[in-house]
Amino acid sequence: MTIGIVMLVHNTLDRAEQVARHWTAAGCPVVMHVDMNVPKKTFAAFQKSCSDNSLIVFCKRHRCEWGAWGLVAASQSASELMLQNFPDVRHVYLASGSCLPLRPVQELIDYLAARPRTDFIESATTADVPWTVGGLDHERFTLRFPFSWKKRRFLFDRYVDLQRRLRIKRKIPTGLIPHMGSQWWCLTRQTLSAILQDPERETYDRYFKRVWIPDESYFQTLARQYSSNIESRSLTLSKFDFQGKPHIFYDDHLQLLRRSDCFVARKIWPKANRLYQAFLTDQAGAMKKTEPNPGKIDRIFAKAVERRTRGRDGLYMQSRFPRHGNENGLTSNPYSIFQGFTELFEDFEPWLAKASGARVHGHLFGPERVEFSGGQTLINGALSDSAKKRDYDPQSFLTSLIWNTRGERQCFQFGPADTQDINWLSARDPNAQISVIAGAWAVPLFKSNRDFADIRKEAALLQKIESDHLEILRSVWTKARVRIWKMAEFVEAPMEPIQTIVDEIGPTIPRRLSEAPTMVDLTGFGQFLQNLKNQGMHPYLMGDFPVEQAPVNMSRPSRKPYLVR
Amino acid sequence: MRVRRRRRLLRCMRKSRELRSVQNNTAAIRPNDVILVSTFRNEKVRLPYFLRYYRDLGVDHFLFVDNDSTDGTLDYLNGQRDVSVWNTKHSYKRANFGVDWMNWLQRTYGNDHWTLVVDPDEFFVYPFCDTRPIQALTDWLDNSSIRSFSAMLVDVYPKGKLDENPYQEGQNPLEIASWFDSGNYTIKKNATYGNLWIQGGPRSRVFFPETPKSAPALNKIPLVKWTKRYAYVSSTHALLPRGLNQVYDEWGGEKASGALLHTKFLDTFTAKAQEEQSRKQHYAGSREYAAYADKLSEHPELWCKWSEKYINWRQLEILGLMSKGNWA
Repeated sequence: MTIGIVMLVHNTLDRAEQVARHWTAAGCPVVMHVDMNVPKKTFAAFQKSCSDNSLIVFCKRHRCEWGAWGLVAASQSASELMLQNFPDVRHVYLASGSCLPLRPVQELIDYLAARPRTDFIESATTADVPWTVGGLDHERFTLRFPFSWKKRRFLFDRYVDLQRRLRIKRKIPTGLIPHMGSQWWCLTRQTLSAILQDPERETYDRYFKRVWIPDESYFQTLARQYSSNIESRSLTLSKFDFQGKPHIFYDDHLQLLRRSDCFVARKIWPKANRLYQAFLTDQAGAMKKTEPNPGKIDRIFAKAVERRTRGRDGLYMQSRFPRHGNENGLTSNPYSIFQGFTELFEDFEPWLAKASGARVHGHLFGPERVEFSGGQTLINGALSDSAKKRDYDPQSFLTSLIWNTRGERQCFQFGPADTQDINWLSARDPNAQISVIAGAWAVPLFKSNRDFADIRKEAALLQKIESDHLEILRSVWTKARVRIWKMAEFVEAPMEPIQTIVDEIGPTIPRRLSEAPTMVDLTGFGQFLQNLKNQGMHPYLMGDFPVEQAPVNMSRPSRKPYLVR
Repeated sequence: MRVRRRRRLLRCMRKSRELRSVQNNTAAIRPNDVILVSTFRNEKVRLPYFLRYYRDLGVDHFLFVDNDSTDGTLDYLNGQRDVSVWNTKHSYKRANFGVDWMNWLQRTYGNDHWTLVVDPDEFFVYPFCDTRPIQALTDWLDNSSIRSFSAMLVDVYPKGKLDENPYQEGQNPLEIASWFDSGNYTIKKNATYGNLWIQGGPRSRVFFPETPKSAPALNKIPLVKWTKRYAYVSSTHALLPRGLNQVYDEWGGEKASGALLHTKFLDTFTAKAQEEQSRKQHYAGSREYAAYADKLSEHPELWCKWSEKYINWRQLEILGLMSKGNWA
């Protein structure tokens, strides 16, 4: 008994041949389906170069287009040929030309031999999973899709709209419950032949020809009809990005793939020579050395999707420049703004630095220069103290400062005499802690030795500016942690509010926890999730748990502190 | 906008008459080749390392415009199979600072190719550039239906005086100029073309402390899947049609982007600045070069306590100067 590989190929034929020969070397027959879009000449040359290998056969060619019926037709033709030509075959594995077997073929053969009745096909009802990109889930099965999504997007969308408006619905053939899942399956001869030889097949085929992306639903749905034992997962490792396109593996993923514990991975960059070399020539050596850690791949690709869709909070750069309101965090870290404190206390800045452990600047937005802590002229990221440069873009100055000093709490003084352009930014920012002693700007004026007319004029100006600022701070759009005291009120009991503020800033070096909390025993959790999947209900919020795996290793990892300035 | 684009294209056709072919190996360009386009004057000392760097990245063909070099550049390039050279004695400035020439070269030889437009002192880095060739990037961009790729200029400079460590032909300039500014950039959006306008870095910090507005632009879109309809507008800062300038995400996410390490500040810089100031062939009457020459007499030091030493692209990624986007 062996397994047969059905391989759908549309480009990089040389890689496909390389992989096919690898399968056949282990005794697995390969049926190739070459896309009709491949020119005749190329196909003939390809066929010729494989002709010395009796285990590689070619089936009838169909024109394959993403999301259309061709892919299913191709799988059908190839599977029929496989079942007919190779009676030894018990499992049929559907793969593409850019799939790469990671573990020795014999291991896959043994694995399947131990599970002779199991069909490996990811198959879930539409209601249970949020896989679909683009908003079509159940409607895939109830609308018609005669237009190509890739080439005729406009007609595709209009026709969907029209059907929705007219409430046209197709009838799903009786007895079928639509299921979806990865298009890469591995089915037993029994199940596959039952699907292909079904007396109702013509009805089903006619129905699925007009379903959207039938390659993700045809076998997935019909397998539910016949299989006695569905293991709802794909044996092929395949990760998708936020647009539903598969992630591609490169040479530098070698270590990752070694630890993936999967039989087959897709998709591989055709020029990833090291991967092909490692996994096709020295397979046993490639996999055996390392402990499997499939979760790592999951994390890396999940992170990539998050970076693309959410990005890093508080970062403004060449390829991330969010519109107003879409910032996902206006700044990267918490910071504190003090208004009126230096005016009221003589040595407020050094005192605060000592009490809070944070970095305390003077008036960063002062009119003369940027008063960095300690009188520095430059600070992290080579931000300069030139007031002109700062005022060229004050908001970017603030966000850059907070970004550059990630990991260290920043505090600075502010007042009505300063550049006011950051008022909305800081007010809208949940990271900002703004404490205002209203009216404290009057103290330096009071102490100064100037003409009263000047003082009055200045006071009027400052008051106006501060009242505008307070209005912003009291507006409904304000998300910052704002505290405003009237100066009089503050002076009566100053310590209590100051204590609150400093407590909120917290010590910058939190006391390290001496012991890690004990985790609950997770043995069997993966199986539990798998059982849910087998029932057609896919739990996705917790991420990928391996099914057959030792319990989570509880030894405490000795993590080195990793500092990013 | 369409009129503007057409005008650019007509102009580049007209200006193409100024170019005289010296060495044309373009017959060797195969489909899917990545093509590098560059204009220079008297940069022979930089070319050996430049060519090596980009050949190692996987660039398949080089299209050069030599603007009347007198240092034997043409002799050096003579006979290199993957290099095609055009020569011109005409004004760099009147060819829209070389853009017209390059638009024509790209239009003629770069149609349906990924083309990378860089100066000889610019070194392109992109996510995973230490492990994946440039074709991995362009294949991925093709796969994701992305037509243009942004790479911001990051000025690198030496520690100490500029002429302390003379640059030797063939040497990696990053060995000398290995420091950069990590977090003093400002970004504005250009409403006309939709591109971002980035300023800052050491040039703004040292040469334009009082007039940050006139500091040079650092945003660049050097890598484009070219078609005959495209045209650069001003250097590689902006393109037409405008959709190509949308290399940034506006909904909070990060698109993939790279950086151009700009190794202008070597010992060769002082002489260059003086020459360019008198030639008046650069943008805004060589205002930038006037500022340099002015300051250079004082032997300024670009390095400061907060300068970062360049390590690799991952460092630039962590610092937020570039991003992997959803490429993993």
